[in-house]
Amino acid sequence: MAVVELQLPALPAHVRTARMVCVTAARRAGLRDEFVDELRLAVGEACARAVGLHAQHAPAELVTVRVVDDMLGLTVTVHDCGPEAGPAVDDVAGQLGGTDHADGEDTPDPDVALAVLDGLVDEVEVTATEGEGTTVTLRWPLPRRLTGGTPGTVLSAG
Amino acid sequence: MDLSLSTRTEGDRTVVVVGGEIDVYTAPKLREQLIDLVSSGQYHLVVDMEGVEFLDSTGLGVLVGGLKRVRAHEGSLRLVCTQERILKIFRITGLTKVFPIHSSVDEAVAATD
Repeated sequence: MAVVELQLPALPAHVRTARMVCVTAARRAGLRDEFVDELRLAVGEACARAVGLHAQHAPAELVTVRVVDDMLGLTVTVHDCGPEAGPAVDDVAGQLGGTDHADGEDTPDPDVALAVLDGLVDEVEVTATEGEGTTVTLRWPLPRRLTGGTPGTVLSAG
Repeated sequence: MDLSLSTRTEGDRTVVVVGGEIDVYTAPKLREQLIDLVSSGQYHLVVDMEGVEFLDSTGLGVLVGGLKRVRAHEGSLRLVCTQERILKIFRITGLTKVFPIHSSVDEAVAATD
């Protein structure tokens, strides 16, 4: 099981850092190109959501991102210290208009991010732990499992 | 790659050429650009996104905000985009129904509806 773990200061600039690291890890794990683009956007949304929540609720805490390559496929988890997630919004277009503020604040709407993730990724799970924040889990299949490769094959992280 | 922005005038339209990544970090620059254009009386905008490599929901929020601002002045905001990976997020969010999306700047500049 190959694991990459990142702990990032909750700053918008580091959302790109997270995208780049996760894309590199995903390519190394053999994720198909069509899913790599999806992962890039999904990780960006999940991390932007986490950074936005931290900015409001826990600016000093780090956002934790893990990429795990195991029998289940490629799993990315993004853990934040924000409050429990609301439901994904239905009217994304309307909600997006409300997130653009002329006063210079560009706080991502956490519920819009969840709606995008729902539409983008087949396997998305959001779990909340009272007092500890929320974890967004994203999962994609890896080719070797689909083609009947040896279960549990370990890819070198080196 | 960071965000790059440039503008030019074509007839009564202002074309904003965007390149690079529009995300939570860079979206404020695009928002400022759109606000500056509207503040200076340019209400018919064409945003050329052919050079955009990444776009997230924060960037979409900025585009929707720009659309609301130009519409307040009876203006328009048209997008130029043929990249499937960028179009995908417009489809997921239902914004293909909100923005006129064109396949070339010429087509967007010529559009009048």
